[in-house]
Amino acid sequence: MLEIKCPYCGKRSQNEFSYGGDATVKRPDLEKEVSDKEWDDFLYYRKNPRGEHSELWHHVAGCRQWFKVLRSTITHEIFKTVKMNEEL
Amino acid sequence: MQKYSIFSLIKNAFSNHQNWDVVWRDPAPKKEYDAIIIGAGGHGLATAYYLAKEHKITNIAILEKGWIGGGNVARNTTILRSNYMWDANGLFYEHGMKLWENLSQELNYNVMYSPRGIINLAHSDAQLNTYSRRGNSMRLNGIDAVMLGRKELKKMIPFADFSSARFPIFGALMQPRGGTARHDAVAWGYARQADSMGVDIIQHCEVQGFEVQDGKIKGVQTSRGNIKTKKIGLCVAGSTSLLAEKLNMKLPIEAHVLQACVSEPVKPFLDHVVTFGAGHFYCSQSDKGEMVMGGDLDGYNSYAQRGNLPTLQHVLSEGVAMFPNLSRLKMLRTWGGIMDMSMDGSPVIDKSHIEGLYLNFGWCYGGFKATPVSGWTFAHTIAQDRPHELNKKFTLNRFNTGDLLDEKGVGTKTWIG
Repeated sequence: MLEIKCPYCGKRSQNEFSYGGDATVKRPDLEKEVSDKEWDDFLYYRKNPRGEHSELWHHVAGCRQWFKVLRSTITHEIFKTVKMNEEL
Repeated sequence: MQKYSIFSLIKNAFSNHQNWDVVWRDPAPKKEYDAIIIGAGGHGLATAYYLAKEHKITNIAILEKGWIGGGNVARNTTILRSNYMWDANGLFYEHGMKLWENLSQELNYNVMYSPRGIINLAHSDAQLNTYSRRGNSMRLNGIDAVMLGRKELKKMIPFADFSSARFPIFGALMQPRGGTARHDAVAWGYARQADSMGVDIIQHCEVQGFEVQDGKIKGVQTSRGNIKTKKIGLCVAGSTSLLAEKLNMKLPIEAHVLQACVSEPVKPFLDHVVTFGAGHFYCSQSDKGEMVMGGDLDGYNSYAQRGNLPTLQHVLSEGVAMFPNLSRLKMLRTWGGIMDMSMDGSPVIDKSHIEGLYLNFGWCYGGFKATPVSGWTFAHTIAQDRPHELNKKFTLNRFNTGDLLDEKGVGTKTWIG
């Protein structure tokens, strides 16, 4: 069982959260012309690292806030959790 | 190579089974090969076997970081099927079923192919309609499919919960030729035959880098020295992104952990492979009597080869909803494997932008059943330098063109969050 520290609610069990994937993926800006490659990169291509991974989680059965998590994909250890507008 | 038969068994019984030949050699890597396969799992071994047998390329090395068949071919739930709706998938996996049917004879190695039939239970009218549509598509592609009603199902799987109000059983789609095979034997059988044709299986040899010149593959750097080659086939599900990174490539996959488990052995009570239609759970009974069960991914990126209990609890509660008597079984073992979860749920068997580099990845959690046909088509792709008709839709650039193979409409995220 993972224990995830929601930046709003504190440590809660994994059952209350859902996973949102790689937090480093940025949607291309709306105002400017987007090339096919930029769009494909955003939609499909991932770094998929073995080690530290910054990712999004959603406290869906709690405060319903999204936040960022720095977690190891080798040991599942969680190093840090921060609010969406903060840097990991 | 020593042929396995009842006569060789009797002959060797007289010498207390002390004089059997070694099943495969343990060669040191040569300086150069015509082709190198990275990864001695099911797909890698099958690829080398079909390269040697069908395409007469025998100067091949298979490089394996660990030991043969120690990855996902040792970690699956051994299910074989070709019950896909779309042509590209259906025809591909059906060719695989035809290879499975004759594999024990072809490899002279008992892979214990058991066509016990796979039953997909439907729990609503709408689901039954969807299943009959899939069944019809399968039959149009020459794949066996039958629809079953409650009456037939009560005879075939009497222990399923037919009185459930929450998940009523409306009927099922069945592929009678689907079933199971002994997963380790598949790896060992391919390894033994490939080795006998001259393929060097080199274990404990980690690929650390690639030599690429002018956009062409020249060789690999390994923990046992540099090896020259012009063709490399990548069969490293679970580690694909890590090797791709050494080639400055980013791929449309995420690594996820998938768990499976077996119960204590009990007397025979389930003759088929059965899947739960209202969730993600499947089970069959092994020849030893254990219930072999699996279901959902843990749901977050992982290279850990072990999972967490909440997912297991979730998956098994689905199992208990389907077969209430499972609740009385004790769990014997649980384990996890790392899946290449591709973004459209289908694999890639393709050339790459580097000449001589061939890719085989993204099997999600359906790689085992594809072992023979993946090797067969990948060998063709490597030997002929172009995809076979059967894998021409499994391209890498479909993520750029939009010609996706999203048969189930799920990608790396197979749950509704």
